[in-house]
Amino acid sequence: MDKMVNVALPKGRLGEKVYKLFKEAGFECPSIEEQNRKLIFENPEKGVRYFWVKPSDVAIYVERGAADIGVCGKDILLEYRPDVYELLDLKMGKCRMAVAAKKEFRDPRGETLRVATKFPNIAATYYNEKCRDIDIIKLNGSIEIAPILGLSDVIVDIVETGKTLLENDLVPFETIVPISARLIANTAGYKFKQEAIEAIKKGLEKQIND
Amino acid sequence: MVIRKDEQAIFALRNLYRQYGYSQYKMSRFEEYDLYVRNKDFLISDEVITFTDRSGRLLALKPDVTLSIIKNTVDRVGAVQKVYYNENVFRVAKGTHSFKEIMQAGLECIGDLQEYEIAEVLMLASKSLALIGENYVLDLSHMGLVAAMLSACALSEEGKGKALSFIHQKSAHELSALCVQEGLSQKAEQKLLALCRQSGDARQVLDALKPLLETEEELAAFEEFSALCAILAEEKIRLDFSVGNDMKYYSGVVFKGYIEGIPASVLSGGQYDKLLQKMGRKSGAIGFAVYLDLLERLNREKADYDFDILLLREEDADSAALIQAVEQLQKEGSVLVAKAPPEDLRFCKVLKFTKGGLQNG
Repeated sequence: MDKMVNVALPKGRLGEKVYKLFKEAGFECPSIEEQNRKLIFENPEKGVRYFWVKPSDVAIYVERGAADIGVCGKDILLEYRPDVYELLDLKMGKCRMAVAAKKEFRDPRGETLRVATKFPNIAATYYNEKCRDIDIIKLNGSIEIAPILGLSDVIVDIVETGKTLLENDLVPFETIVPISARLIANTAGYKFKQEAIEAIKKGLEKQIND
Repeated sequence: MVIRKDEQAIFALRNLYRQYGYSQYKMSRFEEYDLYVRNKDFLISDEVITFTDRSGRLLALKPDVTLSIIKNTVDRVGAVQKVYYNENVFRVAKGTHSFKEIMQAGLECIGDLQEYEIAEVLMLASKSLALIGENYVLDLSHMGLVAAMLSACALSEEGKGKALSFIHQKSAHELSALCVQEGLSQKAEQKLLALCRQSGDARQVLDALKPLLETEEELAAFEEFSALCAILAEEKIRLDFSVGNDMKYYSGVVFKGYIEGIPASVLSGGQYDKLLQKMGRKSGAIGFAVYLDLLERLNREKADYDFDILLLREEDADSAALIQAVEQLQKEGSVLVAKAPPEDLRFCKVLKFTKGGLQNG
């Protein structure tokens, strides 16, 4: 049986930051820093094997056991609710899930609220708790345009600096939940590689707290 | 040619359960839909295939076995009914919109449960795993103990649910944040974090928990759980409180079994007295299911060939002699007789059968 810990990292800027954290925690893998087209990188000495996947796919790789651990945003965990352990808040890639609308927006209490979002589950849960009747419009991108064109009253989306919103004359009204990158683990994989996974978690934790 | 791992497992499990006096429970494929609607939350997925039969009753294709078994047992003071099953159930596969037929084996022990019955079921769960794969773990939790510890923490009702799900996800960071949000004492926080972080060897985990317990309820559940763990000391069990997250139906031990190489739990069970209470019954009940469809994963280490011998027969070969030859060859392994080599199958050895008899390919 493979005793290496398989780590799914999210492609992109956040992923590179995350790898740096793994490296500083003592789980480096020199081949990952070489310029090449390889997809899988391993360091048998440290017992780790890294691979890059699309950020929104990390949870799928981990839930289905192709990766033992991985790093993905809290937004993905809240939206898709994969059956995985969420072991650590890496406190990077910080942003928030928020409700935004045009500056002059006032909640039309007497009407169904039209909500455009890439995150229908998060939006539905949030408004359910408030007993607010909503109509969810699931979009796949350029969410900001929805209220401008009158497609929706509000949007539920990730807000980092708020710059994109501002440029489109939108304002974040309420924060639903803060978001950051999380270390997740496959539940079954954790049972058989607990020591190695805990060692990685401890290493990362130390780096974050320092 | 080997028998597939999932097929082997079914035979082995059936034998095991019979050895311990469990009788087989065979049921119809259909059940009144009403039974599932009333106990929706007990089901893994609440989507059920329904249809109307010719008399106008709304029926369902079984999404679950346990509810049917409970429905068909009666309360008898001092008596226990032990049954096992091997059935196909119909559920929506997670993350999809389509129904899947899932093969499931398992057992239920219903009636006047005492420590022995509970220990026996746990031991059978552990033995079931051992029959399927060498490297396995059985993770145990106790919903009574978890519930008592949550109650002792002065959490709000909503907070309790959240705490349970954070323990289930092993998210110590979220749990800490919740404790701050709910204004819990340091001691309460320590208690919740212990439930989240402690996992592994039973003795060690119990020793770590004990000093944190105060209320009578906590101590009573702890005693019950410790006694069970002591009985099972010989089995490969571990304690892990992330196992159960349902306080509505489960009251005592809950457990999940894992086999190395399979990315999800293959066995899941618990003591669900509260479900019976909800159904107006006095009995207690404990049971578990083994998800045999997941064992297909173990078949992946496939043999390099499908059958041992391919015997190519010539058109005019004598059939009677061929039958005799096949019987002889079967002593060496499986034999496929064909006129031409099949395209998609592989064999260890190819032989020919001509008018003159058996020849090397």
